[in-house]
Amino acid sequence: MTRAVVTVMLKTGVLDPQGKAIGQALHNLGFAGVGEVRAGKVIELELSETDPTAARAQAEDMARRLLANLVIESFRVEIAA
Amino acid sequence: MKAGIVIFPGINRERDMAIALERSTGQRPRMIWHRETDLTGLDLVVIPGGFSYGDYLRCGAMAAQSPVMAAIRAHAARGGHILGVCNGFQILTEAGLLPGALLRNASLRFLSMDCWLRVERADTDFARHYRRGAVFRSPMAHGDGNYFADDATLDRLEGEGLVAFRYVTPEGEVAPEANHNGSARNIAGIYSADLRVLGLMPHPEDLVDPLMGGTDGRPLFDGLAAALAA
Repeated sequence: MTRAVVTVMLKTGVLDPQGKAIGQALHNLGFAGVGEVRAGKVIELELSETDPTAARAQAEDMARRLLANLVIESFRVEIAA
Repeated sequence: MKAGIVIFPGINRERDMAIALERSTGQRPRMIWHRETDLTGLDLVVIPGGFSYGDYLRCGAMAAQSPVMAAIRAHAARGGHILGVCNGFQILTEAGLLPGALLRNASLRFLSMDCWLRVERADTDFARHYRRGAVFRSPMAHGDGNYFADDATLDRLEGEGLVAFRYVTPEGEVAPEANHNGSARNIAGIYSADLRVLGLMPHPEDLVDPLMGGTDGRPLFDGLAAALAA
C-alpha cells in the first residue's frame, strides 16, 4: 500500500478571500509580521499500488480529473514511503 | 416544450423551477433523478440550485461526475437546450460544458438578496422575450458565485457575444457596487458557443408571479417555451 498526499492550491492570480481573511485574523491577534496568506486543501489517498512511480501517476490522474479544478487550482503530489 | 429538471442529492430549488416552467409551458416538467441515464425526448434540461452532494470538494464537482452527466452531455451534443441556475451553473462549469469557474464570493459572505441583471443580447432562445440592454430584477442566494476565467477566456466570451447577463445598477450601469460577489467583468451568466447552454447564478425562477413580489424572471421561461414549442 502507498500513501499519496495531494495538495491543492488556488493558482497565483486567483483571488483567495479565505487566505486574506485568515491573514487579517492573524494580524488582529498581533502577528504583525504575516504577509500574504494562501489557503488550500490536503487530500490523503491510500492506494493499493505499491510502485511509487505508478502510484504517483494514478494520484496525478485523480487530481487532474477530480481533486483539482485546473481552471482555478494547481496541485502537487507527494508519495509517502 | 418538454422540459426536465435534474435532481442530485442536496438540490433544493427544483420545485421553484418546476413552478416557473409549468407556468410558461402549461406542462409539468419531468423530474430526473441523478442515477437516470436516458434523457431522449427532452427539449430542455434544467439543473437547478441547491448544494449537490453537500458541495463537497468544490461546488458542483461531485455532480459533474454523476451518472446523469453523460446523458446531459449527450443531450448537449444533440443540440438540446440546457439551463443551469446557481448550483446548476457551478455544475456546468465543473463538467466543462461552460468555461470558467465559480469562486467563493469576494466578500466571503453568503449573499441572499436581489440583484439587477442587464440583458447583453436578446437574440437567443433564452432571452428573446427581453429587450437587449433591458435591466431586470432577480433574487440570488449563493456563497460561491464569483465568476472567474482567465483573461483570454473572458476576451473570447466577450468577443463571441457569449456573456448573457451582467450585474448592474438598477439604471443599467456596470459598476463595482452592483457586482456583489466580485465576478470578473460583472458576469452573472454565460452561454455556450452554440447559445444552447445557459448558466447563471441568480434565480429568475423565483420571480415569476406577483405573489413572489414580481414577474421579472417570467420572460426567460416564456421565451424558452415559445422558442422550443413543438
